[in-house]
Amino acid sequence: MSDAAADLAPSTPPAPAPAGTRLARYVRRDRFGPALHLLVEGVRCGGCVAKIERALSGVEDVTHARVNLTNRRLLIRWTGPDERADALVAIVEQTGFPAVPYDPGRLDDEDAREDRRLLRAMAVAGFAAANIMLLSVSVWAGHAQGMSDLTRTLFHWFSALIALPTIAYSGRIFFAGAWGALRRGRTNMDVPISLAIVLASGMSLVETINHGDHAYFDSAVMLVFFLLVGRFLDHRARGRARAAAGRLLALRGEAVTVLSPRGTTVALPPEEVEPGMTILVAAGQRLAVDAVVEDGTSTVDTSLITGESLPAPAEPGTKVFAGTVNQTAALTCRVTAAGDDTLLSEIVRLMDVAEQRRARFVALADRLARAYAPVVHLLAALTFVGWVTLGGLAWQPALMIAIAVLIITCPCALGLAVPVVQVIASGRLMRQGILLKSATALERLVGIDTVVFDKTGTLTKGALTLVDTGADASALAEAAALAAASRHPLARALVAAAPPGPPAGAVREIAGAGLEHDTPVGPVRLGRRDWALEDGEAPNDDTAAAGPELWFHRPDQPPVVFRFQDDPRPDAGAVVARLKAAGLDLHILSGDRPPAVAAAAAALGIDHWRAAMTPVEKVAAVEALAQSGRRVLMVGDGLNDAPALAAAHVSLSPTSAADIAQTAADAVFQGDRLAPVVETLDVAGRSDRLVRQNFVLALGYNLIAVPVAVAGFVTPLIAALAMSASSIVVVANALRLSGQTRRQDPAAGGAAWTSSST
Amino acid sequence: MDVLVYLIPIALFMGLLGLAGFLWALRSGQYEDLDGSAERILYDEDDEGGGDPPDPAR
Repeated sequence: MSDAAADLAPSTPPAPAPAGTRLARYVRRDRFGPALHLLVEGVRCGGCVAKIERALSGVEDVTHARVNLTNRRLLIRWTGPDERADALVAIVEQTGFPAVPYDPGRLDDEDAREDRRLLRAMAVAGFAAANIMLLSVSVWAGHAQGMSDLTRTLFHWFSALIALPTIAYSGRIFFAGAWGALRRGRTNMDVPISLAIVLASGMSLVETINHGDHAYFDSAVMLVFFLLVGRFLDHRARGRARAAAGRLLALRGEAVTVLSPRGTTVALPPEEVEPGMTILVAAGQRLAVDAVVEDGTSTVDTSLITGESLPAPAEPGTKVFAGTVNQTAALTCRVTAAGDDTLLSEIVRLMDVAEQRRARFVALADRLARAYAPVVHLLAALTFVGWVTLGGLAWQPALMIAIAVLIITCPCALGLAVPVVQVIASGRLMRQGILLKSATALERLVGIDTVVFDKTGTLTKGALTLVDTGADASALAEAAALAAASRHPLARALVAAAPPGPPAGAVREIAGAGLEHDTPVGPVRLGRRDWALEDGEAPNDDTAAAGPELWFHRPDQPPVVFRFQDDPRPDAGAVVARLKAAGLDLHILSGDRPPAVAAAAAALGIDHWRAAMTPVEKVAAVEALAQSGRRVLMVGDGLNDAPALAAAHVSLSPTSAADIAQTAADAVFQGDRLAPVVETLDVAGRSDRLVRQNFVLALGYNLIAVPVAVAGFVTPLIAALAMSASSIVVVANALRLSGQTRRQDPAAGGAAWTSSST
Repeated sequence: MDVLVYLIPIALFMGLLGLAGFLWALRSGQYEDLDGSAERILYDEDDEGGGDPPDPAR
């Protein structure tokens, strides 16, 4: 304790920190003054942008406020002290958009950099391909109509001048990929690509120096350009989904108010808090450490950790965990674990471990490349040997022919076969509110035979609604007036169910019990049964309710009960039926209480369910299924699901899910329907068929082109034509996937999913 | 045909200008927020008297 207090002294201001300095440590100072980077949630249109920017531009010392609508980020600059940050964030939040500060150095910008790198490389390659092609067309025409050797060599030199720097610059992406794979003793698609590019340009350079007839600069650069188009589209399509899910640090972001032994308070970043310190947790604040309550009574929203929809009471002695939110009243707690020792960090670690196990999945294209590359290289070698020994050629022309084989077999169409389908599939899914985050998610979705659902928030809406129990309207209205004073989920559900009316005045909230309001004839209470009702008042009734309930007590009137349930998503039954019809085995793994899970499982017709599971048990259950040879699709939304999401073969998560679950999932879907699960599986199946067709097309092209090349008939013109033609065929085939969307959308009602997201 | 010796470099130079323009636009952040720019034009910021949010770089 005293050690901890001594540690505090140098790193914190001497005076008790005012309450409003918790965001100051996110402020970055540069030559324009202080700047704060925020992630703003819920920004969807220019109206939201204008609202936020207008609110901020009205503040006198703000010099710059700009929302980036694409990645939902806000940059504020102002003149004055860093401590203004809290006031400015409060202004943003007043406009109705929750804002979370982030450290721009830590989050991103790997992704944005990669995006720009690909775009730059593609632009350079596109420029070069267009110009070289113009020169090449002249050379080809020259072959037919007669062009002096000198002019042709001049054209070849111009081509070389454009092509070689381009390949050095734009081709790096493939060279780096190939080198990375080779160093680990493997091959991937980048290996044959790099080899073909290098050999084609090297051989063309030799030809140019020797005033030869044929140079393949156009083929090499076109190859680079086409493949970069595929890569760039692929990267772009998933960039937004990744941006939406990269908010993990928000969970631990807030500063902790530490009470020093001298009775003063200081705000410390969570990583400087140590076990044994005493902390104050205000109502509405998210805990950043694990702690034991020492003083105060409140309720704690633990949904992030347990998936439980109702907040748990907290009183002296209760353990509270990082990531949970203190709801009703201030608490004084003693820290038991901080930083990497918290339960939250434990879950994150569990997730990382599970994710590493999954990273062993090899994409279809890479699997194919492993088989394809050796065959092609062997074929080229055989061609060379064959022409030298059997064909009687000198080694130079034989080498030319062998290299031509490599160029013509270079997997241009093969390299496009997967990305093009991926891009169109993810575009189609995105229109329906499903964002694919992982490159191989679609491939992994194929061959799924088991679907594991979380219950709360996944099969159900995760929000409680009032069950119609026949309570009369006046009782409901009175109870709602009382409930309007509370932020408890049950109270909010009650308010939502009642017609709008004025809230009652002078309502006391008793944490863990309910709400009380004094009237001249006696107290009115709304809350827990044993607290709200007078002795002997309890009616003899069916108390075996599966869901939560609120009792309403008024003087001189019989008590009224309000029951609540977590409704299943509107189409959960239909989706379950369709998945079952498709022959999938369905399971529920829930952290909720057994009766609630049993009720949901029975209502939806899911036979296998397990309740009251911890995050570790969920992972174990998913892995047990995997070990029995099943391929598991996990659908879940809670922090407690995150490790299981990472452990499953492939995983989906609704956008209402905890940020960390969205981070762990391969795809996230918007809206309050479950149908995106079926749609995703459907698109994955169709994409898989198209990818395989594309491979067949690309290989079929090789079957025709390779004999021509081995026979030594290939010229740069033929190579360019063959390469473009096969690429176009593959792209056209992939486009059929988006064509099907337009025909099917109205019937499937798919458009509704996008508009229902809020 | 000697004229090609001048014409091709001139053509390439003009192409390079376009490429340089694109790379400049990329570097200066013109592609950072395509959605936002598309929406922003619909909102009149002039009535707030501020115009564009002030740019500290000036």
